[in-house]
Amino acid sequence: MALLEVKNLHASVAGNEILRGVDLTVNAGEVHAIMGPNGSGKSTLAHVLAGRPGYEVTAGQVRYKGQDLLAMTPEMRAREGVFLAFQYPVEIPGVSNVYFLKNALNAVRKHRGLPELDAFDFLSLVKEQAKLVDIDEELVKRPVNEGFSGGEKKRNEIFQMAILDPTLAILDETDSGLDIDALRIVASGVNSLRTPERAMIVVTHYQRLLNYIVPDFLHVLVDGRIALEGGKELALELEEKGYSWLEKEPPAKAQPVPVS
Amino acid sequence: MEAVSEETRATGLERSLADAYREGRSPRDPRWLTEIRRAGMDRFHEMGFPTVRDDAWKYTNVAPIRKVPFEPAPEAGPTAVPRIPDDLPERDGTQIVFVNGRYSRALSSARGRPDGLEVKSLKEVLEERPEWAEPYLGRIARDGNAFAAINAAFLEDGAFVRLPARTAVERPIHLILLSEPVFRPTLSHPRNLVIAEPGSQASLVETFIGTAGELYFTNAVTEVVLGEGAVLDFSRLERESDAAFHISTIAVSQGRDSHFTSHSISLGGALARNDLNVRLDAEGAECTLNGLFLGSGSQLLDNHTLIDHAKPHGTSRELYKGIMDGKSRGIFHGTIIVRPDAQKTDAMQTNKNLLLSKEALVNSEPALEIFADDVKCRHGSTIGQLDAAAMFYLRSRGIGEQEARDLLVYAFASDVASRIRVAPLRSFVERQLGLRLAGSGATAVREVIA
Repeated sequence: MALLEVKNLHASVAGNEILRGVDLTVNAGEVHAIMGPNGSGKSTLAHVLAGRPGYEVTAGQVRYKGQDLLAMTPEMRAREGVFLAFQYPVEIPGVSNVYFLKNALNAVRKHRGLPELDAFDFLSLVKEQAKLVDIDEELVKRPVNEGFSGGEKKRNEIFQMAILDPTLAILDETDSGLDIDALRIVASGVNSLRTPERAMIVVTHYQRLLNYIVPDFLHVLVDGRIALEGGKELALELEEKGYSWLEKEPPAKAQPVPVS
Repeated sequence: MEAVSEETRATGLERSLADAYREGRSPRDPRWLTEIRRAGMDRFHEMGFPTVRDDAWKYTNVAPIRKVPFEPAPEAGPTAVPRIPDDLPERDGTQIVFVNGRYSRALSSARGRPDGLEVKSLKEVLEERPEWAEPYLGRIARDGNAFAAINAAFLEDGAFVRLPARTAVERPIHLILLSEPVFRPTLSHPRNLVIAEPGSQASLVETFIGTAGELYFTNAVTEVVLGEGAVLDFSRLERESDAAFHISTIAVSQGRDSHFTSHSISLGGALARNDLNVRLDAEGAECTLNGLFLGSGSQLLDNHTLIDHAKPHGTSRELYKGIMDGKSRGIFHGTIIVRPDAQKTDAMQTNKNLLLSKEALVNSEPALEIFADDVKCRHGSTIGQLDAAAMFYLRSRGIGEQEARDLLVYAFASDVASRIRVAPLRSFVERQLGLRLAGSGATAVREVIA
């Protein structure tokens, strides 16, 4: 059974249809990249999968671990192992990162039938995972994302992902606004979280990120549909030719080809 | 006989006030005191009750108060000595208690009172040492509204606090104004006078509390004077009954290099209006005014503040936050005056409001009147709902919807609550905040805050 099966997914935001029939199958352990021009629906897909209110699914279905994902609340999806790394992480003044995360982790653990972590065990987990993305422990204690630089916010997302240990991680333009050093740190954090059990969907506008996070499959989203699919080498072709040629041609229905 | 118009006809309250005033006072009262009362009554007659046509009262209609023929509580008070409710902040220092506006010796305590600190019934001071009060009484709050004028007309008792010069009083001093049910709707006019002598330092907590469901009217005035270099941390906890009316004025006069900090926490009352008027009367004075008002049901909570920079090098910082739920209405009106003399003034005012329901309402009105040219004045005001993006962010990490909501509301309010310096009061307010939030337990929420 596939971990995630998206079939003929249509979704609207504020009455505008953005997704017009997306099909996507993701198995455990796979990394899928989704590329596409601005406005093609990449971020919408990421948010629909995470359950953002206001993103209305008008047709199609999504099965996750064999269950109806679309019927779940955002928090239930998170507890079932879906994680969205935000393109624009939200600042929440007055709520400290570390306690927010402890509550989140314990909500997830409770759902999975695991004992809640006490402050001591949680802080040692924080110490351990903070190294992964080279995030300052002091930053972790500050209010959620408040006053963080762009790079710090993105690292904080990956740090949260490491703590919450998801089954399906969706990275929404995690590379946007990062300089090459920050990109390397974030990518190496992501790569260290690749396991045979965990699947990832990496949404990006640029091929650059895929030099560091090498996907198994690549899907190109154009105008709310998958227009082209292939292996990682497709990214280079897109880098060279851009997206405009895809927008004029009818969508090619290629089967995903594993990267050798 | 001509028909009297709506405005001039004596209403329930107006008539009962007139009756009470005619009953007269003790002939032993000093003449200046009789004069304060008479001037108060004159001023009230001149002004009349405010209506929604008055700018300062346009959102707060006092007609429901005027309809009720409130009477002063009977002299003897309830037969048994009332109990102070348990759900109040812990107190370990001096406390002075008034029941329906009258001093209660039985409930008051002078535990651990340092030498020189006076915490007495104002009535006793006026009888025994009127010269202690005369230089200040009625002078700090001289330009008050109609209700402050009524308070002056009926001035009789309240707390008298004098902080000794060049002394830091360690434990907080508590003023508790308790309203106990009697047979008829009662009103009280407590008048508190706080004199912080030069170089004194103390924390003072003024608490208004009543029994749930009881109809009464508290019409309070507190006058505060800070001498040179005095430091006063003044907290005010308003927890009147949900059916009660509460109107009060706090008038503050600050001496040179003095520091006044206030924390105004409004939780109770069907209608609660507080005017906080601070005059920076000498160079280098500094004030910090923090406020938090939490409305639910059909409460109306009205906060008017006035910071009057009269002299150079003054600093003022103001942060008021409102959280309105149900059909409640909140009002923040903040005036800052910088007089021509008050060069190098540095003033900052912030008012932020959170609406938790579609029917809740907030009016936020900053008013800056600047007559000096070398000053720094900033103000900002926001009214908003819970941030949908923040809600989704929290939920996308596994936190439940109700808990996420509580967390954000708590975080919004904790910013003000955390500034309260009297620790038992701070934890009390945090506890109250937790209780107001439905769903998850308060302690679970509190732990999550930075």
